[in-house]
Amino acid sequence: MADVLEKKEEAKDLLVDKQPKEPLFSKKNRKLLNDPLNDNNPITVQVLGICSALAITVKLYPALVMSISVLFVMAAGNVIVSLMRNFIPNRIRIIVQLVVVASLVALVDQVLKAFVYDVSKELSVFVGLIITNCIIMGRLEAFALGNTVWKSFLDGIGNAFGYAWILLAVSFFRELLGSGTLFGFQVVPDAWYLANGGFYSNNGFMLLPPMALITVGIIIWVQRARNTKLIEE
Amino acid sequence: MKAIHQFIDSNVHPLFKEGSKLEKYWPVYDGFYTFLFTPGHPADGKAHIRDGVDLKRTMNTVITALIPTLLFGMWNVGYHHFNAIGIDATFFEQFLFGAIKVIPMVVVSYGVGLGIEFLFCVIKGHQIEEGYLVSGMLIPLIMPVDLPLWMLALSVAFAVIIGKEVFGGTGMNIFNPALLARAFAFFAYPTYMSGDKVWINTTGTEGMMAVDGFSGATALGEYATTGVSQYSALDAFIGIIPGSVGETSVIAIMLGAGLLLFTGIASWRIMLSAVLGGVVMGLIFNAVAPFALSAEQQAFMAVPFWQQLVMGGFAFGVVYMATDPVSGSQTDTGKYVYGFLIGFLSIMIRVFNPAYPEGVMLAILFMNTMAPLVDHYVIQANIKKREQRLALKTATA
Repeated sequence: MADVLEKKEEAKDLLVDKQPKEPLFSKKNRKLLNDPLNDNNPITVQVLGICSALAITVKLYPALVMSISVLFVMAAGNVIVSLMRNFIPNRIRIIVQLVVVASLVALVDQVLKAFVYDVSKELSVFVGLIITNCIIMGRLEAFALGNTVWKSFLDGIGNAFGYAWILLAVSFFRELLGSGTLFGFQVVPDAWYLANGGFYSNNGFMLLPPMALITVGIIIWVQRARNTKLIEE
Repeated sequence: MKAIHQFIDSNVHPLFKEGSKLEKYWPVYDGFYTFLFTPGHPADGKAHIRDGVDLKRTMNTVITALIPTLLFGMWNVGYHHFNAIGIDATFFEQFLFGAIKVIPMVVVSYGVGLGIEFLFCVIKGHQIEEGYLVSGMLIPLIMPVDLPLWMLALSVAFAVIIGKEVFGGTGMNIFNPALLARAFAFFAYPTYMSGDKVWINTTGTEGMMAVDGFSGATALGEYATTGVSQYSALDAFIGIIPGSVGETSVIAIMLGAGLLLFTGIASWRIMLSAVLGGVVMGLIFNAVAPFALSAEQQAFMAVPFWQQLVMGGFAFGVVYMATDPVSGSQTDTGKYVYGFLIGFLSIMIRVFNPAYPEGVMLAILFMNTMAPLVDHYVIQANIKKREQRLALKTATA
């Protein structure tokens, strides 16, 4: 059985390596970048990585830091696993992937602690949980294991951006409506607030995770209304 | 009623008929006519019996049943307002003040809610549905009188869009839209929805302030924080306690409940079992009160079970919201379970979590989620029972 599997792996490798040379940003490669932004968005279409999207989108700044962290882990992880794809024994591939992602996440964690300590405290456990982010494992398993380094890199970047823009969009609305700020700067005029004789009040519901889920839901709604390809029969 | 119907049919009808003088206004007349009376639509296709009670009629009956609470709520708002600022006012003044406060809430609720419904009907291209008629009346009745109107409008928009339209409109919602509006306002603007400042309007009369020593907390709020209340069970039964506009008077609610039960619109199974659930939980609390962790909680637990039933929104929720035919259980056995757990959880939440004295809202929303599960098990049990019966029959035959 193992023999057969190995032979299959070899055959696959041959196939992959013998592909004709193509330009760096061929149409296919551009698709790797563009697809995850809309048609195949990891959050709104594949519904992966929802957990962190709900947990750290209260404010824009942590969401941005989180996005950059995930971008780094995904791009680097995809490249490393793609480099090693011919040497990873099939049976322990998940463990190898986990080791790669975990070391990258440990790296990110240390960098965050060193340079943006307060955000790192705010993100707390969710930095560590990047390891279990389904998007990363999913891309490693489904793409990096069977594709060349450059393609895997593009795929990682594309998916990370797909993840990032949803995160930023959700946290934009949550911070604006929930705290009246953007990146910590007061956006809603102070005079509007009830304490200063105005009429306005921040929406406390926006700070709670359920509203993040509803915001993601509304983004999915708008996306499907605009992109009829996504509507299931 | 029948005589009026016949009179209109024979005397007013011809005025609007084709070829008559007022023909132009037929749609308006028809709208009001079907609003008030069952239209004589014949069944088409194969013969079947059609109940005279259609959706519009159901909605109308519930709205009629809500009128006592609405009127009492208006008076109660004015009564507490003039009490708080220390002015003697006549019954009429009290009622007028309340009406001025409450009617804008009703108007905003209907305006925003129906506006969104119409918009969706136009976009989706389906017939205008009457689904919002009841919710639109319920929402102002379960809000505090001092809630700013724009918050009310936002809550209504949330309830109609997220609570109903995304699921496919009237009859498809998994949660009671009115309660969803309240839950939204409750979590979004907690300072406007709870505490001791929002239930009684103290600013409506120019230049007047609340008198010294005035406390605007609801009976439930007082029990939850201090374990004692200045309001007696009789006050709560009559309804002269602060609270959301329509929820205070158990007498007015019972009038509505009577109409709903008499016409068969609301399920007596849910109402009965919900009250039973409340009684059971109240009795349990009474029994375990000596073992409570804090003195306040002990005092709250020791509140007689019948007093728990008349305080807060319990009666209102059980009569008008738990019996919502869309979001509740559909099977008869399921209705008992569903109602019982609503009553049970309402009392439990309000005693155990002082932050949420209005347990009935959360209990009903929670059971809305569970209703399909309850129905599923009831149906499975029934299938199993019948299978066994069949097996027995085939075994003996």
